[in-house]
Amino acid sequence: MTNTLPTDTEVAGMTPAASFLPRSALQTLLDLLLGQGYQVIGPRLDQGAIVYDSLERVEDLPAGWTEEQGPGLYRLQRRDDDALFGYAVGPHSWKRFLFPPQVNLMRSQQTDDGWRMSEVVQPVVRYAFLGVRACDLAAIAVQDRVFLQSGFVDKVYQQRREQALLIAINCTMAAATCFCTSMGSGPRCQQGYDLGLTELPSGFVVEVGSERGAALAANLPLEPLQDEQDQAAERARQRAVDDIGRRLDRDRVQTVLRERLQHPQWDAVAERCLSCANCTLVCPTCFCTSVDDVTNLTDQEVIRERRWDSCFNFDFSHISGGPVRDQTRSRYRQWLTHKLTTWVDQFGTSGCVGCGRCITWCPVGIDLTVEATLICQDQDADAETRS
Amino acid sequence: MSERPKLAVMKFASCDGCQLALLDLEDELLTVARAVQISHFAEASSHLEPGPYDLTLVEGSITTPEDRHRLLKLRADSKYLVTIGACATAGGIQALRNFADHDEFMRAVYARPDYIETLATSTPVAAHVKVDFELRGCPIDKYQLLEVIASLLAGHRPRTSTESVCQACKRRGTVCVVVTQNLPCLGPVTHSGCGAICPAYDRGCYGCFGPTVQPNTRALSDHVLLPRMASDQAALALHGINAYAPEFARGGQRLWQLAGLPKPLHPSLDASLETSLDTSLAASSATEPASS
Repeated sequence: MTNTLPTDTEVAGMTPAASFLPRSALQTLLDLLLGQGYQVIGPRLDQGAIVYDSLERVEDLPAGWTEEQGPGLYRLQRRDDDALFGYAVGPHSWKRFLFPPQVNLMRSQQTDDGWRMSEVVQPVVRYAFLGVRACDLAAIAVQDRVFLQSGFVDKVYQQRREQALLIAINCTMAAATCFCTSMGSGPRCQQGYDLGLTELPSGFVVEVGSERGAALAANLPLEPLQDEQDQAAERARQRAVDDIGRRLDRDRVQTVLRERLQHPQWDAVAERCLSCANCTLVCPTCFCTSVDDVTNLTDQEVIRERRWDSCFNFDFSHISGGPVRDQTRSRYRQWLTHKLTTWVDQFGTSGCVGCGRCITWCPVGIDLTVEATLICQDQDADAETRS
Repeated sequence: MSERPKLAVMKFASCDGCQLALLDLEDELLTVARAVQISHFAEASSHLEPGPYDLTLVEGSITTPEDRHRLLKLRADSKYLVTIGACATAGGIQALRNFADHDEFMRAVYARPDYIETLATSTPVAAHVKVDFELRGCPIDKYQLLEVIASLLAGHRPRTSTESVCQACKRRGTVCVVVTQNLPCLGPVTHSGCGAICPAYDRGCYGCFGPTVQPNTRALSDHVLLPRMASDQAALALHGINAYAPEFARGGQRLWQLAGLPKPLHPSLDASLETSLDTSLAASSATEPASS
């Protein structure tokens, strides 16, 4: 297997004792990354939300901000402290950096000897992601399976992924839309990161997750971890666990959902669903694209372009004779059953990591956990409820 | 040497903004002029050649008997006939007369309404003749226009996605204004093509590009518009630039009804609108297996 990534935590015997990075030294970490040629991407306030974007200064981070989330609802709110990472997850996922919305793949040019085709050379980008949540680590692992470990290697993703440095932040709170505990993906960052941080008022408990992370840690002004800091971090992480109220019976859904293809709830959800595709584009694991050959007026050049696409688009399943999934009902059913069940057959893992983005960013507030639960609930119990 | 294809740009009831998109293709205009022979484009040149034309771009809706006559002749003179913009494709903002009494409008506007010869309705070009392609927008996007010209010359279907505006927002990284700012927005049911400009400037989508495929205007009205605006305002949101696009026409009528201000369509149009809606529904239910 040639696709094993250097960020694997299964580096033999590597669980060095955690240490402590004072808050005043966080800028040193940013400077170190910038000095090594990384483009640092992390949380910033923008457009009324906490998005992921380029940053260089600790002051760029959303100190003292958090958010309220619900189905179809996101509002920034002030915290009563100045925590830098005191929020859950925002509208963006790291997908837009590792798997960009639009890429040119190939160019064909008309020459005297006929068409000449050439691959478009992708720019080398070195990202350092600051503030990766456990659900996002799980999502990146899912996309690793799809793009690197399933027989096909996506070169655009591979280049960006191999270069990327992941600095994870353990959640110390949860949004009302979070359900990572149900999907087994969080909130504790277990693996897949280079450095793992837990934020305390005075600084960060630092865990090293890879050789690259260890090399970085060696250049940081780390202090030995005190017992009380360790315990405070544990309590902070437990708060996130306790905060999560949303549940999904993953195992039941995985087995039952695919047997309920004619359930009336599919019609009910299609009445509300706009088929606008927001859920799939905010989903950190959805990977569908369309590839088009783009001509120009001179007929001398054709560019092969790849863009994010969605199974909610009417044309997405278009084959000879028309679209296979030509109703919102069948498109929603395709998305949900793939995400929660057949994804497991295909990639050996669920396509859902419980980040809740599809719930928050649905304009009409359709809730995946509610829909899947309704469709999978015991039909006898269902009959009783209705009678 | 083979002749370049002849291009004509023709105007009916419209503001000329879509034709300007062609002139606005500053960097590409010379390439366009080399690829086609611009035979008839009154906005650009007073040198006007008669048909037939290989590609005719039609702007504007049909609002007078004389225009209708001119359109029928133009169709006969054109190999490909492509409508550009909301007026030619859906009747335009002037199609609001389809929900009102045009005689009353004329009396309000003109001192001598008896001098005016007009139809009671404003209708899209496709209501009168066969249209080969409809390019959406108010105004159209100049790069989409370039794509239409280039693809028709190359002999393939124009690459203009029917997806919702939301997807353009997501690709460019615009955070949803419905979810964060509680703004009403037509983006989820609106055809893409504009590049999602308005939400990037903290505005909801105005629906300039008209309905997308299978727009769920009812759910948008009930769950996005009505919680954020009064029903008459929501009706106006759907009955804007694309008021007579079938799905927006019906969606808006439902909202006027909810507001207690029913706006029936002109009697000559009601049946034709049903037909357009039926056609789009039939196209969309051909292969779905019956639910048990």
